Amino acid sequence: MTTLVHVQHATFGYSGAPVLKDIDVLIEQGQFTGIVGPSGSGKTSLLKLLLGTVKPQHGTVQRTDGIAVSYVPQLETVNWNFPVTVDECVLMSRASKRLSPWATKQERADVASTLDRLGIADLGKRHIRELSGGQQQRMFVARALVRRPQLLLMDEPTSGVDVGTRHEMLHLLDELNRDGLAIVLTTHDLNGMASHLPHLIALQQRVIAEGTPSEVIVPEVLERVFGARMEVLQHLGMPVVVDARDLGVLGAA
Amino acid sequence: MAQFFDRFQYAFFVHGMEAAIMAGALCGLIGVFITLRGMSYIGHGLSHSIFGGFAAAPLLGVNVLLGAGVWGLLSALAITSVTRRSRIGADAAIGVITTASFALGIALITKFGNKGPTFDALLFGSILGVSTGDLLLLAFALTLSLLVITLLYRRFLFATFDPEVADVSGVDVKKMDALLMTILSLSILSTLTIIGVTLVAATLVIPAVVARMLTNSFSRMLWISTLLGAASGGVGMYLSYDLDIPSGATIVLVNAAIFLVVLAVTGGRQLRRTAGMDDHQELPTKSTVAA
Repeated sequence: MTTLVHVQHATFGYSGAPVLKDIDVLIEQGQFTGIVGPSGSGKTSLLKLLLGTVKPQHGTVQRTDGIAVSYVPQLETVNWNFPVTVDECVLMSRASKRLSPWATKQERADVASTLDRLGIADLGKRHIRELSGGQQQRMFVARALVRRPQLLLMDEPTSGVDVGTRHEMLHLLDELNRDGLAIVLTTHDLNGMASHLPHLIALQQRVIAEGTPSEVIVPEVLERVFGARMEVLQHLGMPVVVDARDLGVLGAA
Repeated sequence: MAQFFDRFQYAFFVHGMEAAIMAGALCGLIGVFITLRGMSYIGHGLSHSIFGGFAAAPLLGVNVLLGAGVWGLLSALAITSVTRRSRIGADAAIGVITTASFALGIALITKFGNKGPTFDALLFGSILGVSTGDLLLLAFALTLSLLVITLLYRRFLFATFDPEVADVSGVDVKKMDALLMTILSLSILSTLTIIGVTLVAATLVIPAVVARMLTNSFSRMLWISTLLGAASGGVGMYLSYDLDIPSGATIVLVNAAIFLVVLAVTGGRQLRRTAGMDDHQELPTKSTVAA
């Protein structure tokens, strides 16, 4: 497999104590990885290292020459009052190409076909606030895909969305991954998101564990990552995390 | 009808009209980016900062306009840099940097005397004493701004909406920020002696806010804000002649009247769009989506 990004012994912090220590992560073509951990564990910082918007203080981040990396931000960080339509938002991905305010026919066709592929073809003229949570995620995925990336990075794609939207997003990402797109996303949703992914990295400033959900979502790893004892049950071949305190309450009842 | 046109026989009035229309259009255009970036206060702050430049330039033996312009640009770049790099918000960065510059200007004038434009002209403007040089500077600033924003429209849009993603998508966000601050400084510099410190801030903010209430499209917002700025500049200038009120005040009042009319016509429904135009934290709920 072709290596897309290789992080070696990377340490990174904004000021004071590092938020990431001695990180080793390898992202290869076609890979689908979830980075799991609680708030403050360094998930977003690791994503930014992969993206290249921050540099490690120690260690290296090597990106294969010429690869296009796209990024989908958290919905919570988006300015929903900004005066921009879905078409305008998706077209932004081509902003650096030409010295002209007008999109070419080809660019408009690319946007239309991408929106169509993501099932939101008829929403191009809508303001971004007028979309549902799932449609907003699809719009940002469309903006990312218009760049024709080899690697898609997503920050908490299912944060703040309902169960139906989460399923929609999982199916969509699975489809894109089957088409050859490498995807790395962050999540703290173990049952709803992480357990459905083929490959996980458990993070708590350091890489605590890496592998399939069955290898990573185990009580020992979860206790080191989340700082709390959790029980893991098996359901239809997938790990399901249960808070040990809940089991105690259930047992007492 | 003849009375309507009689004032156009006076060169000072025609110059004043030209200056007011160009200044209004320029501020309306730049104001869109300023308000959407949550830097509405920057017009007010930078005009104060440039005041420091006006005081310092003659003492340093530098051309007043050039010195004040460079001073304003450095202040604007410092604000952008502090805002992007640290946890200090844009409003706080503007407050610290521009008031310090204003205070320095006052200290210099008190100590060494005023060797540039008069204090009153800087604070309140002097739109009826517009020189050909002032008009040329305004025309240059307007043409340059229109050209730069047209050519780099998509990059400015991306860098304003989502600077982090724009950066990784090939847009040089730092360069875009610096370019915008250069245009803003030039705009304030070219309009300051004509319109005055207080009016510059109003002409930057009000047309953009009204435009936002009227449209959900960024490109249309740019057009509407520019045209509204130009129209209110012209109407305000005309009224100032009739009512014998300083033109700066009438232009701001025309802007405010347009705001109130749009507010009344839309019943306040669209005012929500302008609330926190730079707010990157509010997540729409199903109720807001449905509304």
